[in-house]
Amino acid sequence: MLQELQNQFLTSTVGGLVIGSIYALVALGYTMVYGVLRLINFAHSEIFMIGTFASLVTLTAIAPTAPLGGVAMIGVMALIVLISAAVSGGAAMLLELIAYRPLRKKGATRLAALISAIGASLFLQELFGLEVINWLTGKPGRNQQSAPRFVDRDTLFTIGNANVRTDHVLVIVGAVIVMVILDQFVSRTKLGRGIRATAQDPEAAVLMGVSIDNIVRVTFLLGGAMAGVAAAFYVMEIENTDYRVGFVLGIKAFTAAVLGGIGNLRGALMGGIVLGLVENWGAIFLGSQWKDVIAFVILVAVLMFRPTGILGESLQRARA
Amino acid sequence: MKGDGVTAKRNAFHPVDRARDWWADAPQWQRYTVYLAAIVFALILPAPWIGSFMSPESDWTTVLFYPIGTYILLAVGLNIVVGQAGMLDLGFVAFFAIGGYTLAYFGTKHGLTFWATLVMGIVLAAVSGVILGAPTLRLRGDYLAIVTLGFGEIVRITANNTDEIGGARGITNVPHPEPLFGMEFLLDPAPYYYLIVAAIALVIVFSVRLHKSRVGRAWAAIREDEDAAELMGVPTFKFKLLAFAIGAMIGGLAGAIYASKAIFIEPNSFPFILSATILAAVVLGGAGNLPGVILGAFVIAWLPERFRFLAEYRILLFGAVLVLMMALRPEGLLPSRQRKAELHEGTGGMGTLAAEVPGPDSDDTSAEVGSK
Repeated sequence: MLQELQNQFLTSTVGGLVIGSIYALVALGYTMVYGVLRLINFAHSEIFMIGTFASLVTLTAIAPTAPLGGVAMIGVMALIVLISAAVSGGAAMLLELIAYRPLRKKGATRLAALISAIGASLFLQELFGLEVINWLTGKPGRNQQSAPRFVDRDTLFTIGNANVRTDHVLVIVGAVIVMVILDQFVSRTKLGRGIRATAQDPEAAVLMGVSIDNIVRVTFLLGGAMAGVAAAFYVMEIENTDYRVGFVLGIKAFTAAVLGGIGNLRGALMGGIVLGLVENWGAIFLGSQWKDVIAFVILVAVLMFRPTGILGESLQRARA
Repeated sequence: MKGDGVTAKRNAFHPVDRARDWWADAPQWQRYTVYLAAIVFALILPAPWIGSFMSPESDWTTVLFYPIGTYILLAVGLNIVVGQAGMLDLGFVAFFAIGGYTLAYFGTKHGLTFWATLVMGIVLAAVSGVILGAPTLRLRGDYLAIVTLGFGEIVRITANNTDEIGGARGITNVPHPEPLFGMEFLLDPAPYYYLIVAAIALVIVFSVRLHKSRVGRAWAAIREDEDAAELMGVPTFKFKLLAFAIGAMIGGLAGAIYASKAIFIEPNSFPFILSATILAAVVLGGAGNLPGVILGAFVIAWLPERFRFLAEYRILLFGAVLVLMMALRPEGLLPSRQRKAELHEGTGGMGTLAAEVPGPDSDDTSAEVGSK
């Protein structure tokens, strides 16, 4: 057992960091929307799914015949990240307009908004499974769709006995860059200040001249774009996707958001990394079929001792 | 439509309000007549002439058992947790699965009778409700929601990974119940339908009695303001645990009855989407109001069956209907009037969405903002 742990620990750590970065990016969308609206945006997982198809279609259009290297590789990566972020961000804004805004205007309960979110999630999943995927790729929509490889799996360097590959580095470095940009946006810009103000106290924010509708729209746009970035990395790393890809990943990402302290941007980052690492380490002992169980047990354990997550809630007021 | 969710105004000419006023003042014999009529209605419901309209494409009695009857039973159980005690549970299907698996496992491996395994299923579901609830019920709102969601997935994945209970292949040849009152429980769906009607009737009586008791008032207090309830001397943790356990028991009961008819159960019989669907039924009907919840469960179970000719587009439309219904009537089809009176914004302890501030043209939301 100990031997196994020694052999696999570093490899699992690298794998955990990679999947953890993807969880963290998706978790940012949950956490931002929650911070501003106090709504679990259940359809966020479908925004991620839409992003994976934006990336897939772009990649298929470029159709690299062999793995690329150097500038070409980074250029293609940047291109699918941008397209995927734009598509997902747009989809998230549309989602807000159709599924949440009417409820907000009526002063509906958060429970009603959650049901609307679940409905929107079902609708988008089925829409893609039945029509959109077939239309985009020409293949049966319920099947798994595979993406061409454009980043080769060569080992870049080794840490101990773990091989760190080009794609690993790309995901982790890319995620860090995007998160730094988001963090700077939220803490430095005028819109970012508006988001924080709305999260803290919507009434005071309105009195100070913040347009709530605008802030909510920007929040969904940013959260959706983060999911799109995650989707591009996911397609590059996993190389396939299907119409249900968002479900498990969405649950994990929301778990990551809660783990770090929901409404807290840095908490989402930390929660994602912790979740990715712990479930990969746990899988060494129990086998990878127990990964999801490990993730949820960790969540329950952390919440028992830190009921508002590891870093606590900070984007918003303390909840009653 | 505007402002329906926040005003408690009564409309003397609205048929639902008139029916409620009449019910509130009805003497005992009239109420019992209504109960009797409801039971007679439930008994003649499987008639073919009703079925030919309600479910032209699949066997009506089968549809009445599952999904309709099963959903109603589950929704009444979930309503205790969500509607009465105000806790958001996204993993209710876990208890349904535990009830079903208990019946299937002990029935096939140990040859126990239906009634013995039914009781075991209910007890085990209650125990698992307490095991989940004890460490987590100190959490509130959405933290509880994600933990319960996780629990539902843990149960499903564990069933999938445990060979002792069939793993991914599930359990086959689940025994049927023993004959009762001359009814043979075989392939004919009718006896199962009567069984589930009896279970629903029992659970409804139980739920109404609880609602009117000290326990029900404690739940209402916790739902509306947990801190205030605690200060008033309500042992909130104990009552929350009780609501969780009772909800779990009803979920277990539904699971056991379902498994006895299904013959075959597998982990994928208990997906997350079922939890979401039952929650949607509760909210769509009007959380906290029992007739509303039953109506909601009926609608949610029946619509996809009635529109079976839409074939694969059913779930797509179901999703769209959920979004549309919530946009049009966020408070549900038959919201609880008592709740509206208890708390004028009528949010059922879940609160409204944040970031909502009355603009110049939305005078109807002023009440909630003022009440913070």
